[in-house]
Formats: sequence, C-alpha cells, structure tokens
Amino acid sequence: MRVVVVGGGPAGLAAADAAARAGAEVVLVDSERQLGGQYHRGTAQRADPRVRHLPESTAWAAEGLRLHVRTGPADSPHRTGRVLDADAVVLATGAHDRVVPFPGWDLPGVYTAGAAQALAKGHGVAVGRRVVVSGTGPFLLPVASSLLDVGATVTVLEANGVTGWARHPLAVPQKLPELARYARLLGRVRLRTAVVAAHGDDRVTSVTVARLRPDWTVCDGVRVAVDAVCVGHGFTPRLDLAVGLGCDLVDGFVRVDAVGATSVRGVYAAGEITGIGGADLAAAEGEVAGAAAARAPDPPIAALRAIRRGRRFAAALAAAHPVPTGRHGWLTPDTLLCRCEEVTVGDLHAALDRGAADGRTLKLVSRAGLGPCQGRTCGREVADLAAARLGHPLPDADAFHRRPFATPLRLGELAQHPEEDP
Amino acid sequence: MDGEPFDVPEGRTIAAALIAAGRVSWRTTRAGGRPRGVFCGIGVCFDCLVVVNGVPDVRACQRVPADGDVVRSQRGAELPG
Ligand SMILES: Cc1cc2nc3c(=O)[nH]c(=O)nc-3n(C[C@H](O)[C@H](O)[C@H](O)COP(=O)(O)OP(=O)(O)OC[C@H]3O[C@@H](n4cnc5c(N)ncnc54)[C@H](O)[C@@H]3O)c2cc1C
Ligand code: FES
Repeated sequence: MRVVVVGGGPAGLAAADAAARAGAEVVLVDSERQLGGQYHRGTAQRADPRVRHLPESTAWAAEGLRLHVRTGPADSPHRTGRVLDADAVVLATGAHDRVVPFPGWDLPGVYTAGAAQALAKGHGVAVGRRVVVSGTGPFLLPVASSLLDVGATVTVLEANGVTGWARHPLAVPQKLPELARYARLLGRVRLRTAVVAAHGDDRVTSVTVARLRPDWTVCDGVRVAVDAVCVGHGFTPRLDLAVGLGCDLVDGFVRVDAVGATSVRGVYAAGEITGIGGADLAAAEGEVAGAAAARAPDPPIAALRAIRRGRRFAAALAAAHPVPTGRHGWLTPDTLLCRCEEVTVGDLHAALDRGAADGRTLKLVSRAGLGPCQGRTCGREVADLAAARLGHPLPDADAFHRRPFATPLRLGELAQHPEEDP
Repeated sequence: MDGEPFDVPEGRTIAAALIAAGRVSWRTTRAGGRPRGVFCGIGVCFDCLVVVNGVPDVRACQRVPADGDVVRSQRGAELPG
C-alpha cells in the first residue's frame, strides 16, 4: 500500500506521519527545500523516519493516482523527472495570499502579506523600514510581529471592524493564547482603514490610507510616506492538482467528507485547500486524511475533535473578515488587474462590452489570466468584477483555476523520459 | 547579480539576497517595460523572474543560488541562450 502526499506544510506532514504509522509506504513530495510549509517556515520540521521525503520536488501534473514530479533547483532545466504511482494520494498543497487590486499595487515595494512573512521568518529579511500592513484577517498580526522582529516600523490597517467576532463567542477562546502574543501590536492597529492606492514612479514611496465604511467604500483618505506595503485579504487555495483530477469543489474549496476523502476515489485532501482555518486545523485534517488514505482501522479521535473546533473558528473567521464589493470603487480604468499580461480594468470592461460573457471568452479577448501565473493572482478578482458588471456570475468561474500544468515546465523537460519510481 | 558579486548565506533565495541588499526590482514587464520585484514571495505570481546562467524565467523567490551562478535582470520575455 503506497500513499503519496503532495505538500509538506502542517497538513501534509501530519498526513504523511499518520499514513506511515498506519503501516503504509509513504512518499512526501514538497517543492520547498525544508519541510514545514508556510506556517513552519524557518524552523525545519522532520517527518516520521519511515516517510520518504522528496525535497525540492514539484508535482506538476496528476493523472488519476499517477503523479508527475520534477526534482531539483527551482525552474532549472536540469531537474530530474519522476513518475510516482500510488494506491492513494493526499493533496495538501495549501494556499496563497489573496490580494484585491488597487491603483499602484503593481509597483515594486508592494508585497503580499505572506511574502513579507516568508522573507522575515525564512530569511530574517525586512521588506522595508517603514511598512504598512493592510488588508483583513488575523494573519496580519503575525506578519506585523515578524516585521517588528526584523527591525521594521509597522502600522496595521484592518479593513473590517472586530465586532464580527462577537457573534461567534465559541470560536474566540481557543485562540486567546495566540492573540496574547500580539499584545505589543495593540497601539499599532487601526480598524476600518485600508491602503486604497500606492504611489511612486519606479517603486512605492507613499500610499493613500483611507477610512472605510462597512462595505469598504471610501470615506476620506490621507497620503502617508512608506517604503513598503504588505497586503492580504485572506487566502486562495492552490487547487491546480485537485481540479486537474476532477475533485468536486464547494464554495471554491475542495469538497471532502469527514475523513478527508474527495469526490475522486483514492484522492484525499487536507489543510487550506479544503478551507482556511490556520495551521492547527490543517494538521488535524492531515492526520485524519493520512490515516484514512492508509486504510487505518480507526480514525484518530483527538484529531476529529480538533477539526470540529477548528472549523468553528474557520466559519467565524470567514464571517468576521468579509471582502465586500465597495472595494471595486478603489479602482480606476488604468489600474492593472492581470499583472502578468498587463490587462487593466478598462481592458476588462472593453472585453465585456464586446460581448465576452463567460470566463473562457473573457480570458481570450482580454488576455487576463493568460500570463505565466495563469490567473492565480487575478483570476478571482477578474471573475468578481465581470460578475458585477454583467449582473450575474460567470457561468464558468472555474475557468480561472483550471490549469492542467500545476507549474510551468520547459519544453525540454517535457520531452525527457521520466524515471519510473518502483 | 548584474555583474556584481554577492555573498549569499546558505539557504537564502536570490530574491531574499537582493532585498537584503536594498534592491526592490530586477525585472521589466513585456508590454509596458515596468519594473517588478517580489510580490507573492512563494512562487505563485511569477513577478520575480531572473535569468540564471543564461536560462530565463527563473523565480528568484524560489531559487537558492549555487556557488558561481551568474544571475541577471530579465527584460521582458527572453529566450534562453
Ligand atoms: C506566504 C504565507 C505565509 C504564511 N505564514 C503564516 C504564519 O506565519 N503563521 C500562520 O499562522 N499562518 C501562516 N500562513 C497561513 C498558512 O497557510 C496556514 O496556517 C498553514 O500553513 C496551512 O497549512 P497547509 O498544510 O494547508 O499548507 P501550506 O503550509 O501552505 O503547505 C503547502 C505546501 O505544499 C507545497 N506545494 C504546493 N503545491 C505543490 C506541488 N504542486 N508540488 C509540490 N509541493 C507543492 C508548498 O510549497 C507548501 O510547502 C501563511 C500563508 C502564506 C501563503
Ligand atoms: S514573488 Fe511571486 S513568484 Fe516569486
């Protein structure tokens, strides 16, 4: 019985360990050099010694229970190709920051919150001296905290209020110890406030900081000098492999049952690709999915309980930190939407006015989502803006996360015969 | 990088080394010739591309350099060589 786990974050690590404990032969494929994913960055994690860990290895496609992997330095043409056949696959590919566009968001010096976090936690590098962290959600706090640790001056702008949490009294206590860690940020957080524009010629030098109404329309704004801005509006799941395998989605995440099984036989999913709820929930889901994938006789009870608790927190998180449509008012016709193909809001509207009414046509007419990132950064916002202008959702909103190749590959690599992994 | 020697601590990515040295951009876009550096930091957005040993389209935020690697800024869409 062989279980292949894709992703070495909290979910994938827990899945690999649980599957190994249940007696399966386990291969853990992760594109990073060190295990731990986004959460444990900078503190290398270790898997159960029975797990075979393939570092610097990217699963670029999945065909049923067969995974195509390349191992070696990122984007090098000299990586080794490998084909892995599995009896069960656990997808734990995590998420990336969601950022809603605003004028100037393409200037150097504007980063995702996660980028600032990865650079600070992973490399001890600060993205600037005077930094504004802007967006919504509790993730802004660890980011600001890491920036302080590496010597930056930080202001945190939370676009929502905190009253949303009052409606979910059961969700909060479990996170209080974590919140206490951020007490030193108390005087630095401003609510119902956001960066709505970034200014500068070749890099950001100032931002417009605006007070927002609950629907995120702008009340008034002031210019503030900065040398970096870090923006995060929640997370977008990395669904490439799951969608490629035909896994059903629900509300934009992989649909799983109580033990992490997806709609595709033999394929399990865990962590942030199934919903955004933090590292503890991801690890609990991984443990349950790994055990199920390895056909362990009994599901781990404590982890199942942690999942129930974690999902309560996840639901409260989503309700307390919405991303409402007043944000569309921040945009100007020349604001970039698709950063890769340099497609502006005006270009998108022109494509819609020419009759593009579904995602596929919209991509082909406007070119939004056709560049190297394949719509990972802009797809969600392009679909939302199009829906707002059309007055109805795109019939094929998933057009923006259908990517048969989970990562770009060079033609020479594609032509090479991969090693069969026995 | 662009002809300048860099001492990079073991395990640090090209992007982290450049930002630590005070650079914020090292690529220009294909259409507008606009400067870009790191955006997502985790290999998702492809903003941070550099040319490594003549090979373009290498994500600086993912690539850990080897001793002697020759790295340069990428201008628009480039072909290998
Ligand atoms: C940049 C960033 C920084 C974050 N930092 C923090 C933090 O400091 N504190 C916090 O509480 N939360 C943080 N988060 C939130 C974080 O997403 C979760 O708390 C937690 O890490 C989720 O665990 P996971 O196992 O689901 O996914 P992740 O931790 O994201 O792990 C997924 C892993 O899968 C790998 N992967 C993805 N696709 C492939 C593929 N095709 N082939 C091979 N490997 C692949 C990724 O490289 C990654 O290592 C961060 C999120 C991001 C995006
Ligand atoms: S910064 Fe996004 S891929 Fe490197």
